[in-house]
Formats: sequence, C-alpha cells, structure tokens
Amino acid sequence: MSVIILLLGASLTVGLIFLAAFIWSVKSGQFEDDYSPARRILFDDAPATGEKQQNAITKQ
Amino acid sequence: MTTVRTACYHCGETCNNKTITLDNKLFCCDGCKLVYGMLHEHGLCQYYQLNDKPGVSQRIQVRRNKFAFLEDAQIQQQLIQFRNDTQTHITFYIPHIHCSSCLWLLEHLHRLDAGIQRSTVNFVRKEVQVVFLQAQTSLRKVVELLAAVGYEPYISLQDLQHKKQRSVDRSLIYQLGVAGFCFGNIMLLSFPEYFSGPEGMDMTLFRYLNLLLSLPVFFYSAQVFFRSAWKGIMHGFLNIDVPVALAIVVTFARSLADVLSAGGPGYFDAMTGIVFLMLTGRILQEKTYQGLSFDRDYTAYFPVAVTVTSNEKETPVALPDIKTGQTLRIHHNELIPADSILVKGEALIDYSFVTGESAPVRRSIGEIIYAGGWQLGGNIEVLTIREVAGSYLTSLWNRQELQQAADKPASFIHLLGRNFTAVVLLVAVVTAAWWAFCDPARIWPSVTAILIVACPCALLLAASFTNGHILRILSRHRLYLRNAGIIERLANTDHIVFDKTGTLTGRHGAEVVFYGSPLTEEERQQVAAVAAQSTHPLSRMVRACCGESSLPVTDVGSHTGQGISGSVQGVRIRLGNAAFTGAGAEGDFAGSVVYLAVNGQVRGRFSVRNRYRPGIRQLFGQLQEHYALSLLSGDHNGEAATLQELMGPAAALRFSQQPQDKLDYVQQLQAKGQRVLMIGDGLNDAGALKQSHTGLSLTEDSNNFTPASDGILEAGQLPLLPRFIQLCRANRRIILASFIISLAYNITGLFFAVQGTLSPLTAAILMPSSSISIILLTWGLSEWAGRRLRQALPAMMDKDQLPGLRE
Repeated sequence: MSVIILLLGASLTVGLIFLAAFIWSVKSGQFEDDYSPARRILFDDAPATGEKQQNAITKQ
Repeated sequence: MTTVRTACYHCGETCNNKTITLDNKLFCCDGCKLVYGMLHEHGLCQYYQLNDKPGVSQRIQVRRNKFAFLEDAQIQQQLIQFRNDTQTHITFYIPHIHCSSCLWLLEHLHRLDAGIQRSTVNFVRKEVQVVFLQAQTSLRKVVELLAAVGYEPYISLQDLQHKKQRSVDRSLIYQLGVAGFCFGNIMLLSFPEYFSGPEGMDMTLFRYLNLLLSLPVFFYSAQVFFRSAWKGIMHGFLNIDVPVALAIVVTFARSLADVLSAGGPGYFDAMTGIVFLMLTGRILQEKTYQGLSFDRDYTAYFPVAVTVTSNEKETPVALPDIKTGQTLRIHHNELIPADSILVKGEALIDYSFVTGESAPVRRSIGEIIYAGGWQLGGNIEVLTIREVAGSYLTSLWNRQELQQAADKPASFIHLLGRNFTAVVLLVAVVTAAWWAFCDPARIWPSVTAILIVACPCALLLAASFTNGHILRILSRHRLYLRNAGIIERLANTDHIVFDKTGTLTGRHGAEVVFYGSPLTEEERQQVAAVAAQSTHPLSRMVRACCGESSLPVTDVGSHTGQGISGSVQGVRIRLGNAAFTGAGAEGDFAGSVVYLAVNGQVRGRFSVRNRYRPGIRQLFGQLQEHYALSLLSGDHNGEAATLQELMGPAAALRFSQQPQDKLDYVQQLQAKGQRVLMIGDGLNDAGALKQSHTGLSLTEDSNNFTPASDGILEAGQLPLLPRFIQLCRANRRIILASFIISLAYNITGLFFAVQGTLSPLTAAILMPSSSISIILLTWGLSEWAGRRLRQALPAMMDKDQLPGLRE
C-alpha cells in the first residue's frame, strides 16, 4: 500500500506545477488581451523586400 | 431614381466625385488616397485584404504643427514609460483601433519607419506600445506617422498629470486558482473515505492531506470574504458576507476538530467547494470594461499643449504651465484651454459639449471666451485671464467633485441575507436547547452542522452569477454599467431626466430647413450664388440648405450685422435679418434665422432645426406610461413645442439650464423622494449625472469622452432603454427565484443537521449540487429574460413625423 503514497505525491506535484504555471501566466499578462493573439497567428509573414521591389517596379 | 453609391476604397465613405483614383481604386478624398499610396509603397496592402474598407476618413487633415509640442523634453519625459541610452518605450491610446487590419498595420509600423523597433497592440484597451530608437527617429515623428496612416493617438492632459495605473487587480484570480487546485484535489482525496467499504484502510493519511490542502483556501482564498465581513461589522452594517464568513469559519473549525480527534473526515471538500464557487461568482460580477473609462474628468478632454505667441515667436507650452497674461494662438478645430479674451481673429465657438448650446457662439474682440469650447472658425489669438485649472468650467467641475454623493441604498440581498441568517440562528438555538434536554453530546455536532449547511452562500452565488450574467447581456447590447450595484439602482427608477443636445439630438444635431413655400431649383441656385459671396457663418447655413452654385452675381452689397444682397439672373435677392429683408417683427423665432427676400417680397426663412435620433418618438411613447419624464437643456427654448409633443403633456421641460441648474433640479426631485435616472452626454451634465441615483452617459462611439457616470450607453441603443430597465427588474426576480429553489436543498440538509447526523458525504453532495443547479438556473433565467432585448424594435416610421416639418 505504500505505492499509494508515491502516487499521491506524484499527482500533487503535477498539480502544483500546473498551479504555478497558471499563476505565472496570469502574472505575465497573457490573458490581458484575448482578441489579438487569435488574429496574430493568422497573419502571413510576407517578405517585405519582395513586395516592395514589385511596387517599385510597377511605379516606374 | 436610385443612385449608385461608390464607396472609398480606404474608408468606405461615399465618393462625391469620381476623380480621385489610384491603381484603379476610387477614393473619397486626397487624404485617403495618400494613405493608400503610402501603404502601397511600403508593401503593406495586406491591410486592405484583411478587412473591407478599414480606414477612417481623411477628409479633415491633421494640422502640420499639431504635434510640435512633442519636441519639448519635459513633456516627453512625462509621457514616455521608459528610456535608456538607445530605446524609448511609450504607450499610445488610439481610439480608432477596431479590427484586425488595425492590429496588423500597427504591428508592422517598423516597415514604415526604420527607427521603430517593435510595436505591440493591446486590442482590448485600444493601446499600442511602441519601442523606438531615439537616435533614428523621434517621438514627434512616430506620432506624426501614426496620424498619417489614420491612427492618430489621443494625447490628453490626463496623460501628463498621472501615469495611468496599468496593473489590474489580479489577486482574486490567484485566489481562485489556488482554491480550484485545492478543491479539486480534496475532492479526489475524499473519494476513498466515501466509497470504501466497512473494512476500509486507514484513512488518516487522506484526512491529514485534506487538512493541509484546505489551509491555503482558508487563509488565502477566503480572505476577501473575511475582509468584507470585518468591514461590515466595523461599520455596524451586517452585509451578506458576515454569515458567509461565519459559515466558513465554523466549517473549518468543525472539520479540524473532527480530524484531530480522529472522529471523522471533516467537511473540507464542502468548504473549499463553496469558496471556489463564490469566488468565481465574485469575479464574474466584477467585470471591467478595459476600453472604457467611467471616471473621466476634464483633464481627459483637454490637450497636452497649446501654442503661445510672444514677440512673433510661437512655442508650444504644456497646459499646466500656462500663466495668465499669455497670448495663445488657437487654430481651427482646436480646444480653448483657458478663460481668455479674444485679441485677434473671428471666434466661432462650439460649446455643445460644455453648455449644451447647439448653435455655435460668435464672440468679438474684447469679449471673454470660456475654456472648453472648440474654435470652428479660422485661427484666433487670445489673451489668458486665468490659468487652466482655474477656468470657469474646471472650477464647476471641481466643485461638483466635492459634492457628497447621495447615500446610495444598500442592495436587497443584504437584507435578505440578514433575515435568512436570523432564521438559521433561531433554528440553531432551538436545536441546541432541544439537545441540551435530551442528549447534550449532540449539541456540538448538530449546531455546527446547521451552520455549515444553512449557509447563505446560495444567495450570494445566485446574486453574483445573475449580476455577472445580466452585466454581460447588457454589454452585448452596448450598455456598459460600472458595477453590479447599478443594476438594482437602474431597476428602481421612477423619474427619467434627459439632456437635449447630443443626447436626444445626434452629433450632427442641427439641420437647416427652409420655412416657406418650397424653392424651385432655379431659385435655389440663385440664393446659393448670393450666399457664396459672404463668409459669414449664417451664409454657410444657407449654403448647407441650398447647395453650391457658380452663377455670376452682380451688384453685391454686404451690410455687416444686417445681411447681404445681390442680383442674379436679373433677380434681386436679399438674405439677412428681419429688418433688412422687410420680414416684419422678429417674432418668436429664437436661434439663428436668415430671411430671404426675392425682388422685395419675403419668400421665407432659413432656420436651424434639431434633428432627433431615430426611434425617439417610440421611446417616449413607451416611457410615458411608466415613468415621469423631464428635459433639461442648456439650449434655448426654440424646440419647446416639438419636445412637449414628443414627451407628453406631463413632462417638465427646462431650457437655458446652466450645469448648476441641472444639478439643483435633480436634487429637488430627490428631495421629493423620486429616484432619478439622468441621461446626458456632455460636461454640462456631469454634476447632474453624479447626483442622480443612476447616471448614464451617451456616446456616439465608445471612444468619445464621456463625463463620469454609472454607465455608458451607445447612442444608437437609446430606444432600447425601456427594455434595459425591464431586464434590470428581472434581475431581482431571478435572484429570488433561485434562492427559493435553493431553500429546498437547505431544508433537506437541515433535516440531517438538526439530528446531528450530517455525514460529510451528504454535505459533499448537497453543497456542490445546490450551487451548480443555482448557477445553471440563473444562467437560463437571465438568458430568457434577455430575449426581449434581442427582438426587433417595433417598426419605426421612415421619417419621424414631427410637427412643423415643411418641404
């Protein structure tokens, strides 16, 4: 039955890690803005130079 | 004939002529075209792909030297957040942020200016934090760049005077996290105890673990209830947190005693569960709207700096540093920051936000101009006679700030909680007496069990979840209340007071209408041609009604203070006051009026008429039946007849009200025992808004500057007001209904408790299930009550048929 103590310890430790992660994430302000992160990941990172050159060419 | 409406590619406004194009795209003005050109050149056209027509109209150009004051080192120091040898950090508030295109563009500013390292948007707060290298670019350049792409930051005196407190109070969330963690684990660790058979293993380990896990909840998470209860006791007012705190303490004590004496497992899971759920309710109830502010004062309305001229030199000076006797240059569309005397130029000032007058006011040289108005004419120079903080309006404001807010009555749940607690204590005393008689050993278990089970936690839960949900529903329909207590105050209203300018009338609240037999197209052109000969604001009015015309005018005569005359196409036209045009007595036409005489005959008059918001007629029709109505306006009484007809014969109308008059009127009503709801939008309503039981400020879009109030309502939603109040009334009924249903659980629990046989398993089942059923019930009932808000408004007539409408 001593394995129960090991299991209890393990599960509580894992739980504590998640609690620490929760507190850290709230503290670092990740939940301040819930609109932007959803949109940011959908933006394309178009290479700036490529587009700029194209526009420079068309202007001429 | 339907006209095809061509929308500007940048901002979506109608293009009046089709001449402004670039890259086969149509623009409404050169400003929009310029922005597009700039973005295109830097390869930022994804701005237009993400959203349709995301820009704001650039018709009104920003003045070139508007941000010259940002070069001043001292002003910079007060605005920035951080600066070291290379970098500067600053956060701007940009009201125009509204979509993902804005987000995208503002985070790609580095492509427009190499000196900007990065920019991060906080969308909810409509802020951008920009980090730039001061060696390569400057604060002024960054702000001018933002203005050039259409995202001008709003920098006001408030930013100069105190650093905005950035940290939101998160302690409740940490407490919730800890409570949730402990509650979950205690629940798991209690299962062996509950479900083991008669020959079960030794439970001591689990019990002590539960004890350990409950300590953070009792000493940390439940703090908020203990503090609130303590404050209540100190003030002699037993609020609902007192019995809740008592229940938590008793549960903890009993459980501690049980575990230490090996008498039982204790009621830790019931205790932590209830703390967890009540904290959740509390957080949901304290919803804050980060993009809005309910506490703006005059400093949020004033700019940071103004141009001071001395010896032909112009320097921008920060507002707090303005002394009396300085000469200021006020540009077109700029705010007048201090009481002063007009020295040079033509002053045409819009005081609608400050006094409620709908028509702009003309001032001549030598007259006093009060701070707070917008200069609509050209540039003027003024000599200050008072400092900014001492101006007439700010002194009004400060005086009102000092006024004691009327004693706001306590919420009904406190009273209900007190009654409930009284009943519970009575039951406990009776039980104790009974067992003292029959079996004294059972006193301690039964009394503690009673106090554990019959906790008014259910009432607190019902109240906080319902409040939170109602706040959410209201904000979905764009009524943002400051806190949950306002719901009840709004529900108790019996007298509604309206402001006129800006509240009942729209931002473009005045339209020019011609009274008289309708003008033919030919006549219209002729009148417009003559009106174009003068730059007088009244001729602007006439042009607004007649349009533009380029017909040649001969024999022009301009008589200052009287009017103008001219000949067009052989017709002699006179525009001016009654005497000049031969219209006879001025009569009862207050406000700006221009008479028209054609060939000596008086044809009619041009007059300013208020344009009311759509749906106002329906609104007053519904309100008249249940509430007493009043109108307090800072404007003249030209519209009295119209308004009386709209608002009903019983409504009280008062005009030419100073801000102090409005405040006094509200006080009078309250002295008669009426509960007043005040709806206003300007600084002149600030005192009355504060004094009323509930004050709502109206805003055209939530970026506008609203005076301090209990709630902010978007102007277009004003016709929904009766339904909002109905929903707030439903709030109370929902709370009561949920509470009564929870009594069923309480009685079941009490049945076991009075016998002293309340087992932890029973408590563990009863408490969470009653809580969860209450939460579900309040959610369902709130949504159901809110359905009326989602229904369409009764069919509105196309044009509000108002009396006196001609042509």
